[in-house]
Amino acid sequence: MPQNNYEYFLLMPQIIIGIGIVLSVIIEITSKKSEQILPWFSIAMFLATAVYSILDINRNFVLFGGMIEVGGKPAIFNFIFNIGAALVVLSSIDYLKKYGTYYGEYYILVQSSVLGMMVMSGARDILMIFMGLELMSICFYVLAGINRKKFSANEASMKYFLLGAFATGFIVYGIALIYGTTGSTSIQNLSENFSVYSTNIVFILGLIIFLIGFSFKIATVPFHMWVPDVYQGSATTVTGLMSTTGKAAAFSVLIVVLTAVFGSNTHNIVRPYFATISALSMVFGSIVAISQNNLKRMLAYSSIAHAGYMAIGLAAGNAYSIAGIIFYLTAYAFMNIGAFAIISIVEDENDSRVDLNSFAGLHSKSPILAAMMALFMFALAGIPPLAGFFGKYYVFVSAIQSNLTWLAIVGVLSSVISVYFYIRVVVVMYFKDSVEDFKITISSFSLAAVVIAALFVLVFGIVPDTLMNVITSVIR
Amino acid sequence: MNLELILFIVLALVAAVTSVMMITRPNPVLAAVFLVLNFFSLAGLYLLLNAQFIAVVQVIVYAGAIMVLFLFVLMLLNTETEHKLFVDKRGIKFFAILISAFVFVQVAYMIFYGRPSRTLTPDEALSIKAGTIQTIGQQLYTNYIIPFEVAGFLLLAATIGALVLAKKKFE
Repeated sequence: MPQNNYEYFLLMPQIIIGIGIVLSVIIEITSKKSEQILPWFSIAMFLATAVYSILDINRNFVLFGGMIEVGGKPAIFNFIFNIGAALVVLSSIDYLKKYGTYYGEYYILVQSSVLGMMVMSGARDILMIFMGLELMSICFYVLAGINRKKFSANEASMKYFLLGAFATGFIVYGIALIYGTTGSTSIQNLSENFSVYSTNIVFILGLIIFLIGFSFKIATVPFHMWVPDVYQGSATTVTGLMSTTGKAAAFSVLIVVLTAVFGSNTHNIVRPYFATISALSMVFGSIVAISQNNLKRMLAYSSIAHAGYMAIGLAAGNAYSIAGIIFYLTAYAFMNIGAFAIISIVEDENDSRVDLNSFAGLHSKSPILAAMMALFMFALAGIPPLAGFFGKYYVFVSAIQSNLTWLAIVGVLSSVISVYFYIRVVVVMYFKDSVEDFKITISSFSLAAVVIAALFVLVFGIVPDTLMNVITSVIR
Repeated sequence: MNLELILFIVLALVAAVTSVMMITRPNPVLAAVFLVLNFFSLAGLYLLLNAQFIAVVQVIVYAGAIMVLFLFVLMLLNTETEHKLFVDKRGIKFFAILISAFVFVQVAYMIFYGRPSRTLTPDEALSIKAGTIQTIGQQLYTNYIIPFEVAGFLLLAATIGALVLAKKKFE
């Protein structure tokens, strides 16, 4: 219950999106041209929310009786979600016509999923985490299969739904055990009394089951089996949304819940778990991605590997590593959304032209696309001075600070392996003659999204301190 | 004999009879109908126990949504195969009897040997009160207002999603 009306102003980012969803539904019902209005309406909404969140970053409060947190960490996450979603919407405008899903509903689902992520990142109560997670996931299940005529999209949606529901079952079971042992769903209560609860075996079991459920959502080995098929089968721009902002939302929950564990003086009980899954994900993702010919599938395996790099930060579990994860998530969002936007430009109506051969000789067809793709590939590979390098640098340093040098070494080694398949794309684009003869029609909106993402990757790479200072200032 | 006792006897009789009828019917559709009746009488029993919310949920969720799902599955499935399954595989029948016997013993133990304490602790009294719709509504609109609103958006998104995926002719 709000203490005073001022709380509603602080909650403005969520309220803007909420009202925007309702207005979008009304526009969709009343207007015949809703699919032309809604993308711009969504982008305006997302930008307003992102700006508001960043301006409010220092007003860090917990509102509505310990339900939701505004400002601080949630503000940075809201920025990632909203800018990411705005770029995805911008690159979807022309892609949806090509893909055969030129509906207004697409944008409403994107908006709802962003609301779910914002609820997750701000949650200070396990109930809120669950509601936000469900809101985000249900939108993603539908978005994955939004084109009903495409068999691959149906398959992706069905697989995502079944395995996602399975993971949600794990999370709910974990929540039930945590609630059963603590008698409260408040995260503040959890962190204050953690040393008392941590002796209870049932509580630890509940926490581990909860973490396993979220390991599904962030796509780490051995809970990764849905990722390649879902990322390959879904619409390319939707994949860009799920793989970046969806992952960021799941990480925001893990960070909030595990601060209780990190902050306590007791032994960091989740370290072995996260160290194992992160080492497995990095090695598995990097090695399997080498043999992929389909770029979407390759980026899916690379996404598993990146989840592994970020999980190093969770294993290290100090303030510096959490800042590193948030920096990494920001950088990853722009790199990956940009890369998927380029694939969506090159892709044709039948889901083909997404494999390596189609990118052969891209330089002669469209120099700007080739240059941008090369930039994103270098950034994903972690080559300085691009944003991806500093993301990896921060988490590796935090691992060494926490005496996890072996994990940092595994991370560096798998980065070296991953350079092979990222650079292969660049080599194919620049030094191979084109195999298939086709003309690329470049949509100016998608190109704008790509260029904006590239600018972010460059800026965060050249002056990483600007973002890092903001992040460290909100982590205490 | 007060009204509560009479109602209890009637509802309990209906519940017991319908559950026996349900497991003895060879026709699965009839069995499902008896299960619905059983759910309704259980909802009445919950009402007698001052658990209004659970009673309503029992009717809406179990008797409504889940039973409709059951009936759809029954219509889509070939009931012959299910019949064969029980005739051919004796092991399954044995296993089913074992589980029901286990549950029966558990419930019987709770009723006859579990000693409910004479005086209720304040916590227990509170949890008994929590069954009323008034208490739940009050909690939903004060402490849990934000999750409640998010649940509203969740249902909206699910409706739009179902429409997108299942509408017959789109545009």
